Amino acid sequence: MSSNRQAATTNPWRAPILFAILAALFVMEGTMRNAMFSGSWNTALGILNMGLISAITALGVNMQWGYAGLFNVGVVGFLALGGVAPVLIATQPVEGAWNAGGPRVLIALAVGLGTLALAVQAWKRLRAGRGLAVLVILIAGFVIYRWLFDPAVSAIEANNPARHGNIGGLGLPILLSWAVGGAFAAAAAWAVGKVALGLRSDYLAIATLGIGEIIVAVLKNEDWLARGVKNVTSIPRPVPYEIELQGNPEFVSFAQRWGFGAAEASGIWVKLCYMSLFLVVLLAIILLAELALKSPWGRMMRAIRDNETAAEAMGKDVTARHLQVFILGSAVIGIAGAMMITQDGLMAPVGYNPLRYTFLIWVMVIVGGSGNNWGAVLGAVLIWFLWIKAEVWGPALIGVLTAPLPEGGLKDHLLDSAAHMRFIAMGLVLLLVLRFAPRGLVPEK
Amino acid sequence: MDILNALVAFLNFVFIPAAAYGAQLALGALGVTLIYGILRFSNFAHGDTMAFGTAVTILVTWALQAAGISLGPLPTALLALPLGIAGTAALVLLTDRAVYRFYRVQKAAPIILVMASVGVMFLMNGLTRLLIGVDEQRFADGARFVINVRDFREMTGLQEGLALKTTQALTVIVAVIVVWALFWFLNRTKSGKAMRAYSDNEDLALLSGIDPEKVVRLTWIIAAGLATIAGVLYGLDKAFKPFNYFQILLPIFAAAIVGGLGNPLGAIAGGFVVAFSEVAITYPWLKVAGYLFPGWEPGGLLQLLGTEYKFAVSFVILIVVLLFKPTGLFRGKSV
Repeated sequence: MSSNRQAATTNPWRAPILFAILAALFVMEGTMRNAMFSGSWNTALGILNMGLISAITALGVNMQWGYAGLFNVGVVGFLALGGVAPVLIATQPVEGAWNAGGPRVLIALAVGLGTLALAVQAWKRLRAGRGLAVLVILIAGFVIYRWLFDPAVSAIEANNPARHGNIGGLGLPILLSWAVGGAFAAAAAWAVGKVALGLRSDYLAIATLGIGEIIVAVLKNEDWLARGVKNVTSIPRPVPYEIELQGNPEFVSFAQRWGFGAAEASGIWVKLCYMSLFLVVLLAIILLAELALKSPWGRMMRAIRDNETAAEAMGKDVTARHLQVFILGSAVIGIAGAMMITQDGLMAPVGYNPLRYTFLIWVMVIVGGSGNNWGAVLGAVLIWFLWIKAEVWGPALIGVLTAPLPEGGLKDHLLDSAAHMRFIAMGLVLLLVLRFAPRGLVPEK
Repeated sequence: MDILNALVAFLNFVFIPAAAYGAQLALGALGVTLIYGILRFSNFAHGDTMAFGTAVTILVTWALQAAGISLGPLPTALLALPLGIAGTAALVLLTDRAVYRFYRVQKAAPIILVMASVGVMFLMNGLTRLLIGVDEQRFADGARFVINVRDFREMTGLQEGLALKTTQALTVIVAVIVVWALFWFLNRTKSGKAMRAYSDNEDLALLSGIDPEKVVRLTWIIAAGLATIAGVLYGLDKAFKPFNYFQILLPIFAAAIVGGLGNPLGAIAGGFVVAFSEVAITYPWLKVAGYLFPGWEPGGLLQLLGTEYKFAVSFVILIVVLLFKPTGLFRGKSV
């Protein structure tokens, strides 16, 4: 990568001070009720929890970009794929769905994958006429696949369509689905990386852009999988429900001792539970990542990033290492996707917007400091906080700015479009940081 | 077997839409490929440049319509196009001056430029939203059809109708004129030759006294023009919705890569390859098959892939090209 990644001395207090400022922002959000802050701990913790999930996503992106210089533009896809796991693992089995067509769908998918594998083998093994052979294999495989797949899907979707119409879950613990979400994303990353890595650096970006859009399209349209745009609700939680807490006299008296009403306290308690879970995952990933970075493997990765040619001359398999780190990073993104669905308790594929889930994450990584895990976390939580608050601050700012303007069309138009200012602001932040502080808030050591 | 009706159905549902869409993609891919050839990075802001140019053109169109000016049977947007191009070119030149030039002088890695283009994409997306909002806008006026279904049936006596929308015919005609003008410019004029020389060998071009900044400026202006024209034609043909212009980025990149990044001829071929595959694979062939094989009753619609997965087609084409011929059909820049 470019020379601006070279280590330079920075103030060792920089990161702690920035984190302290960030904490102060959240405390102000929680305690001060004025034009800028809501003064509600529920809101503050809600922002923080989503910020922590963004931080884990940013860690995954940082592994790919910060360690290896890989530009993944399909973050939204890997995040969405991770989100499928809670639906398939943790929701209760749908009665009759499996008998309607479960095995047949699995066989169809196996046939589909088997066809691809067979085609690859045929291409590798055969000599003369291999193009024709591969074509015949692919067409035959596709026909068999559709013959198996279509009726099974119709049967599953016909099964109680108003409430279910999907294959349903396994009813296993929700926390298990986080790991499975990571595995799903890793598998997709392997397939994309295998093709697009080792070519021009732009190609990976374009290929990931594609896979991101396709995964989201699959989630929106394959009703048998996760009900598509009809959404899956009531995904089980790893933490207690607010209603249960409010009905528990011990909890109510505990809340009163702290001076909170039962409703408010239950919300805060649930969010604190989520926060602890997320923090455990976040810290575990950072720990593993830091250990990996300090190991010979981490030094090799940085050597490859800083000078691919030299690393290759030293006998390092650059493409294989890139594939490895691309899979690892995507797995982390997948875990974050599963966590997000767990927190929301809802799988709503229309929400997966690339601007929000791909490019905003990139702003987080670049602002925080690419190559530095703490930087990615700081950038993620900070940018998420600003992104949410900009919804309130933006219109207020526009209101102040347009106050001298006469009443009329222009003023109304500007006031209406204040919400779009967030995109301009984020674009500006990305460009300014990239140019004037390319190493971010907390630079790589 | 009813070949004539089958042919008409094929023309109506596959060939004409795909040709119009292919022309739009080709114009978009030309812009991407020119920027790649001269500035050597994949411009992720191209889709949003198209959206911005279209938004400006729509605003001018509305102003013209309000003033009572129209082009008769042709869409008024054609009159507004020059202003749209001028606005877009100004914005794009501004982004080059403020953003890209710094990295160009620094000789930064291409991926840094790609990332900067993502920042520009955000900016342009926000500007477009400011200008026109996020809702769908229709701005096509004038005659709707060159040939409509009923007239065609009466004219030919065939059971199957054929419709040719004005916007479809216009798209293809405008695309042909634009492509002809572009190739004339690249091959015949001094500035065009300077651009090609710079694209082929930067150092040699600099040595022969070509002003790189002038070449870059010219490239941006042409790219802005192509993007605006492509965007307006796409908007006329379908409808203008800013998010669609972000999504069209994938087929455009696929088209540019299929043809070979940096190769203008390839971009055109790539645009049509992607468009025809997309339409042919997502079209339910039941109707055509019904005419060709009257006795045959297939179980399904004979649709290989649902329309909602049309992006998967671009993606698969992209993957196949990357696997087997990463430099593209027309041999673009090295891998």
